[in-house]
Amino acid sequence: MSEQPEEVSSSAAALFDLRTVIALLFGVYGIVLTLLGLFDNDPRQLEKSAGIDMNLWTGIGMLVIAVVFLAWVRLRPPATS
Amino acid sequence: MTLLAQTDLRLDTTFVDYVFVAFYFLLVLGIGVMARRSISSSLDFLLSGRALPAWVTGIAFISANLGAIELIGMTANGAQYGVPTVHYYWIGAIPAMVFLGIVMMPFYYGSKARSVPEFLRKRFNTTTQRVNALTFALASVLIAGVNLFALGLVMEALLGWSLQVAIPIAALVVLSYTFLGGLSAAIYNEVLQFFVILALLIPLTVAGLARVGGWAGLQEKITAVGGAEQLSSWPGTSLTEIANPFLSVLGIVFGLGFVLSFGYWTTNFAEVQRALSAKSMSAARRTPIIGAFPKALIPIVIVIPGMVAGVLVPQLTTLKTGGQSDVTYNNALSLLMGEVLPNGVLGVALAGLLAAFMAGMAANVSSLNTVFTYDIWQDWIRPGRDDRYYLQVGRAVTVIGCLLAIGTAFLAGSYQNLMDYIQALFSFFNAPLFAIFILGLFWKRMTGHAGWTGLISGTIAAVTVDVLVRSGVLALSSQAGSFVGASAAFVVGIVVAVIVSMVTAPKPDAELVGLVWALTSKEDRSHSTTGEDAGWYRSPALLGGLVLLLTVGLYLVVP
Repeated sequence: MSEQPEEVSSSAAALFDLRTVIALLFGVYGIVLTLLGLFDNDPRQLEKSAGIDMNLWTGIGMLVIAVVFLAWVRLRPPATS
Repeated sequence: MTLLAQTDLRLDTTFVDYVFVAFYFLLVLGIGVMARRSISSSLDFLLSGRALPAWVTGIAFISANLGAIELIGMTANGAQYGVPTVHYYWIGAIPAMVFLGIVMMPFYYGSKARSVPEFLRKRFNTTTQRVNALTFALASVLIAGVNLFALGLVMEALLGWSLQVAIPIAALVVLSYTFLGGLSAAIYNEVLQFFVILALLIPLTVAGLARVGGWAGLQEKITAVGGAEQLSSWPGTSLTEIANPFLSVLGIVFGLGFVLSFGYWTTNFAEVQRALSAKSMSAARRTPIIGAFPKALIPIVIVIPGMVAGVLVPQLTTLKTGGQSDVTYNNALSLLMGEVLPNGVLGVALAGLLAAFMAGMAANVSSLNTVFTYDIWQDWIRPGRDDRYYLQVGRAVTVIGCLLAIGTAFLAGSYQNLMDYIQALFSFFNAPLFAIFILGLFWKRMTGHAGWTGLISGTIAAVTVDVLVRSGVLALSSQAGSFVGASAAFVVGIVVAVIVSMVTAPKPDAELVGLVWALTSKEDRSHSTTGEDAGWYRSPALLGGLVLLLTVGLYLVVP
């Protein structure tokens, strides 16, 4: 994927970039969930999902999504006016 | 199996769960504050300056529909009926969304209309615009109230807040970000909500399936308590409550797949508005089609958790086997959340659930804004003021709309079954609108007066059917009642419009260019294929074909 100059349009396009906000949300959620998954091993919580560490795996999944969105922002930077 | 103790619906939440919810609310309000900086005109506030990329409008298109009533109602259907619930997603949405993008969007977006009522003024006359604007404003306030009431119910059940506290607080959050950021804030939050709702549904599905022993284990357990018919989508007799399999299929294809679904997806301004805010014709056409992809896949993470809840939560299994229980299927989602999600993910799920409620209400409020400001205030009551004035009107309507929604929330609370209430509203307003829309698009002889007479008579027909069903004169289930009501509205709307067209004068052809199929050249119906709209993967027809194929493929998995 090559960098493409995006056309500068009306004010709304220059709005803060939504992809960054999504990355921020999932980045923070992902870190907290991963830490919870790693250090909070209450067996009663694990039983709920038949032994799968839901906090850990959901956290890792969210971190991956956060990285994908950040990479997208880097490859196609938002238009600035 | 009988239940001795009262079921506790409160979730076992801890401090960490609230951290997730609080962080989410912080971001939502932050989006409102940041979006405010970009607003300099009423078009910025009410249509996002027509500058949003297709992936944003496409996700917002789905998210505006993925409200809480949808989440709670469809997991409930999954628990009660099983696989046939997928009809609401596949035949009941995908064809209409593709039709909207390929056939109708060139007229909507190409006419430069800012709202559905404004399009009706261009095609028919101002009376039609006003009739539709008023009924739409009324319906928006009523439906926003339903969303708000449902949210209050969940907060009451899960967190122990009283309705009197929960409803105004929820309204205040939606109000603050739509007031600050207008449609941009609503749409941006809808995209965020979409991802958070998935972060609720995917872990729920994974953990739920793990508990019942995977798909094979689920099939086994469903067969044990509900019967094998809950594992295949056709003929769906339990869903339609039509005993004859052939008539049941007919009911699903024509009732759900044609009248109800085309009426909802192609004329509901809360949906269409998301496409109108796209930055180009190509992006506008792709909006509903891009939205169709997640729409086709989402039942996997909505219907399956519903089915899991039906066999995993003892109280729901009691219901499924014909016993008495103090819970209803509407509790399926929250019961399963408490059953399978550990603290942590549970907080994310709670944020997702709250997000879903706000998505529905914000969509209603932001579309009410646009229709009231442009169609009722600017085109009718106070024309000819400068744009700053209308921007202020838009802001004021946001506040008034939210306050009215608090009132209609308590009104909605007086109805026994929220889903029936919503279905009835749709049959009153959307089915007649679709009738005159489709007739006006393909028949240039249809006159201006035919527009509003068709609308009103169709609505009267639907209301009549509703009254007859409620009073027991027509012996139909509420589900079949709303289908018959919508069909009656459609047929009566068409018949009246044709008769009125015969005795009134049509508009000259020159005024109908770009509004009627036969009078619009192929070039005017096409979109640019250069710059940001270039590339085969941005072709609406190709994307539409792909999503239809995907849907057929999905049906083959659960025939």
